[in-house]
Amino acid sequence: MTDALRAEWTKLRTLTSTGWLLVGTIALTVAVSAGIAAATHLTAESGQDPTKLALSGIDLGQAIVAVLAVLTISEEYGTGMIRVTIAAMPRRLVLLAAKSTNVAGLTLFAGLVAVAGCLLAGRIMLPGDGLNPAHGYALVSIMHGATLRAAVGSVLYLVLITLLSLGMATAIRDTAVSIGVVLGLLYLPLILAQAVADPLRRLILQISPMPAGLAIQATANLRSLPIAPWTGLGVLAAWAVASLLIGGLLLRLRDA
Amino acid sequence: MGFVPVFLSEWTKFRTVRGWVISLVLAAVLCVAFTFVVANGNNQGGCTGPPAPGSGPNSPGTNCYTGHPFVPNGPDGEAVADSYEFVEHPLTGDGTLTAQVTSLTGLISNGPASVAPSLAHTQPGLAAWAKAGILLTPNTTQGWQYAAIMATGSHGVRFQYNYTHDQAGQPGVVSAGTPRWLRLTRTGDTITGYESTNGTIWRQIGIAHLAGLPPTVTIGLFVTSPVSFQSSSLGVPTQATAAFDDITLEGNAVSNNWQGRSIGTSSQDYYPTLAAGSYHRSGNALVLSGSGDIALAVNPLAGGDTASSSLWFGLLVAMILIIVVATMFITVEYRRGLIRTTFTATPRRGSVLAAKAVVVGAIAFVTGVLAAAVAIPLGEHILNTNGNYIFPSSALTVASIIAGSGALLGLTAVAVLALGTILRTSASAVTAGIVVFVFPYIVSTFSSAAVGTWLFRLSPAAGFSVLGVLPRSALVSYPGTMANGYYPLTPWAGLLVLCAYAALSLGIAFFVLRRRDA
Repeated sequence: MTDALRAEWTKLRTLTSTGWLLVGTIALTVAVSAGIAAATHLTAESGQDPTKLALSGIDLGQAIVAVLAVLTISEEYGTGMIRVTIAAMPRRLVLLAAKSTNVAGLTLFAGLVAVAGCLLAGRIMLPGDGLNPAHGYALVSIMHGATLRAAVGSVLYLVLITLLSLGMATAIRDTAVSIGVVLGLLYLPLILAQAVADPLRRLILQISPMPAGLAIQATANLRSLPIAPWTGLGVLAAWAVASLLIGGLLLRLRDA
Repeated sequence: MGFVPVFLSEWTKFRTVRGWVISLVLAAVLCVAFTFVVANGNNQGGCTGPPAPGSGPNSPGTNCYTGHPFVPNGPDGEAVADSYEFVEHPLTGDGTLTAQVTSLTGLISNGPASVAPSLAHTQPGLAAWAKAGILLTPNTTQGWQYAAIMATGSHGVRFQYNYTHDQAGQPGVVSAGTPRWLRLTRTGDTITGYESTNGTIWRQIGIAHLAGLPPTVTIGLFVTSPVSFQSSSLGVPTQATAAFDDITLEGNAVSNNWQGRSIGTSSQDYYPTLAAGSYHRSGNALVLSGSGDIALAVNPLAGGDTASSSLWFGLLVAMILIIVVATMFITVEYRRGLIRTTFTATPRRGSVLAAKAVVVGAIAFVTGVLAAAVAIPLGEHILNTNGNYIFPSSALTVASIIAGSGALLGLTAVAVLALGTILRTSASAVTAGIVVFVFPYIVSTFSSAAVGTWLFRLSPAAGFSVLGVLPRSALVSYPGTMANGYYPLTPWAGLLVLCAYAALSLGIAFFVLRRRDA
């Protein structure tokens, strides 16, 4: 396993795209958060959630980590490298485990930096929009229990999205199709939920990976959430596990 | 070598890849299927009573019903509001009604949302488009043709007819110190509106020709006051009260047979009114209170569905599939090295890209047209079955939505193909293509709707404006927001924005294709 990990790590680390995608994830996440924070203003309706607003860059940043995860396996199929890899490491599930560990570790690192940047942007920018103690909104602070949960949860969210994407790409094998399917699975249910009424809307928000997983970011109006924060992250974890199992099974059963 | 062989070879490349053809069929099928899901997921009508346990305080109640209230259609088939308080007198042949408006005041509902609006919960305030004046119509059935001269809350004196036509008179508000004299004259099919500030010097404001006006019509004084969206995005009903004086009707067989009635204010009518209207007449003077509007119907009051309102999500799903296929149409050639064979066979690289763009653009266009042509009637049928109100739309409008859906997918396919040519890798082109179209909808789920609106103006997602068919009116104050179904751009402008992106990326693709080694 150690050899497999090291081999996969070398592959991942020596690709220039990996570095760019990680930097891109961090930059895009923080930039979108800052942009949303700049465009936010205090509305008459109460119940804005400063922490969730500060972390909204994750919504776009996750697309880049998903691409990173897809590429780690689909590009091997694209170039035919996968046959060399499997010849060198015949135990295919160990190979998938090594890929998962590496890409999850990189995402964990990028996620930590990105989330820290988002919270900092929210801390600095949101009070200027009127989301400040004078209007009954606490400053975004990691010392606040719910905010800490949202921050840690957001990093875990990115890691789970990576694993979900890797599993699906292992099953699909083509880069363009995998990215289309993964991004469609992430974004479309949330958009569909806007288009339909309850109870279908509520059901979609409870069982789809992105809306359920992002429930972890909520720190206000927890009672009106369609799904509780940790339960929601659990739903995403179930998606990731199922996707890795199916990917692993197909990798094991099919010819490369 | 001419363009046709290049086109044919690219067409052969496309149609012989089974996965791509299946993807396109799947795109059309999913578009129709999701249109069904969205239409079926909207059992509008309404809910009253306390919210369900566990849902938010602003959630709808649990006593739900299906069906929609009555929305009248105007003379040209457009949905209209036609609710007002009217004191009328029959008029046979030509004639003139003159009256002085000495005051115009109003009340705005300020009660809690859970309580039905009533005069008990109001504050003083006059809606900008509150109207008081003289109206002539052959028939007081809602949606019938009419012409009217009126004083308004803050738009001055106006001459309006048939819900959409408007001519401005003198600005300023009505008060005891600055009364307005209004006059409406019928001569054959021609109705003329006049105004005066002193009752002696008259100025003509506008003329309307009401085709097929019967000999006997009804003419009278009316007051109405529309829903105000100033304090609440949901809108609150208002009421206006006007005092008329020196009422003079000239014409054949004029008796003193004035009758008051409320038009379009029953519980079956869709337009929200504050309270029942009332009138008090003494001699030539009249005090009249009314609530409602005489104008084009707008969202959110009328219910909100259109021929295209359940189509957009299905179109977005189809678009993602098209983005994947259009990208692969070029990136796979780079991946497999086939591009070198292609350029050896056709050294004019511009022709190859042009042929690819024509093939993939035309295929995507046809997919969009077929999908929309099936999905739109299906969506309308399901919405109707579920009791939803659908804004009337002409066959031409439906045809333009269908063509627009095709153009949206076709232009997107061309733009993404160009992006794939520039970037040469699937990952970046597919990601960029999907995120650009999906992100405006995701941003709209946050609190700041302004960002989403700007993205629908400036980003390629502006192309979705082809689905915007709700009529707009400058004669109504209403929130024309995305949430209410109003796209920030007109269909043509939106398509033009997408067109500009496609042209730009195609231009860059042509440039880099010629400069780089394959």
